Amino acid sequence: MLSLSEFTVKRDDNVLFEPLTLELGAGDCMEILGPNGIGKSTLLRALCGLHLSVDGQYSYTAFVYQGHRLGLDELMTPLENLSWFAALEGSTFDDARASQALQRLGIHALAFQPCGHMSQGQQRRVAMARWLLSDKTLWMLDEPFTALDAEAQILLNEIISEHCALGGAVVCATHVLLEVDGKRSVELKNISANA
Amino acid sequence: MNLAALFLREWRIVMRAKASLVNPLTFLFLAVLLFSLGAPGQSLHRAEFAAGILWVLVLLTNMLSLDGLFRRDYESGTLEQTLLAADAPFIPILLRVAVQWMSTGLMITLLAPILGSFLGLPASALPATMLALILGTPALSLLGGVGASLTVGFSRGGVLLGLLVLPLYVPVLIFGSGVINQQMAGMPIDAQLYWLLFISMLALTISPFAIVTGLRISVQLQ
Repeated sequence: MLSLSEFTVKRDDNVLFEPLTLELGAGDCMEILGPNGIGKSTLLRALCGLHLSVDGQYSYTAFVYQGHRLGLDELMTPLENLSWFAALEGSTFDDARASQALQRLGIHALAFQPCGHMSQGQQRRVAMARWLLSDKTLWMLDEPFTALDAEAQILLNEIISEHCALGGAVVCATHVLLEVDGKRSVELKNISANA
Repeated sequence: MNLAALFLREWRIVMRAKASLVNPLTFLFLAVLLFSLGAPGQSLHRAEFAAGILWVLVLLTNMLSLDGLFRRDYESGTLEQTLLAADAPFIPILLRVAVQWMSTGLMITLLAPILGSFLGLPASALPATMLALILGTPALSLLGGVGASLTVGFSRGGVLLGLLVLPLYVPVLIFGSGVINQQMAGMPIDAQLYWLLFISMLALTISPFAIVTGLRISVQLQ
């Protein structure tokens, strides 16, 4: 689903980390670790085509990307945001399925409130509903644990495990270690450390 | 791609963030009012300048609403999702521009009889004024969208936006006020109207792709 060969990211012509070579197939979960500023977020943005300065080869299938900016419109309710995203992706929006997803994420009671009235953590949960409803099998998640309480962190691990069990794949840049069976980890290494 | 759902979202945003609809139109009304107060009475030359003044104010009003065209989406991350998730990002982007046009160009066209009479345009010139506005304003929104897409990443992009966009508006200004002046002089206006239509059609074919490219650049620089 995702394959990198000698892939690295540059910022202002400086290579950020040692080139990566990896292969991600159906059911794989990969966490990307590394200190602040090493380029985890930039790596994910580069894989999405949001950062152009790269070196090496890569290929991927259709994906869902979750960046630091959640991609929710604050004036719209969770259901409106989810239906908009389905329209954008070209998938059909199923009201019942969306309600189920919100129920599972514990924000069903807020389904008709504008996202702008919610806390950061609650907004994160709405964003999680978006991945759940998407047809895309590869999830690229950037710091998905931010602002989540303990219960939601457990839920997130569950959701990722489930997605992988169903044949999906997850790449996750994080500081909080995933609790997912069979996960793989890769640590980004500073290029100058070995020089 | 479910066009109705995409359009509904843009429409809801305009309806819920009413400032984006109300502020530019209020500005236009106030500016027209100030002009009519500043040049009151039966000044002989008043009608001659009315067409130019009206069109300049329409350009400025349109520009005023451009800054907010993509900013909320840029800041909330919905813009990057649009560029990533949609197979043809220019469709949702074009819908957004269309809704911006409906809340500025179309509204101004509908209000033109009131605005025109404030500025001293004769009643006989009002139908031609409305025709010129409805043909010319789509070009303003589309060309303006290109400028907005390039400046959305700058927190204070307002001045730069004006510098980028106002020169592009010049042909619309020339032919738009030409229509009204020709009509008042009793001359045919077909040529100017065709030119306005041509500029809008040209903008419609080129701008969507230019806007998407501009937005990509802005998001990549984030």
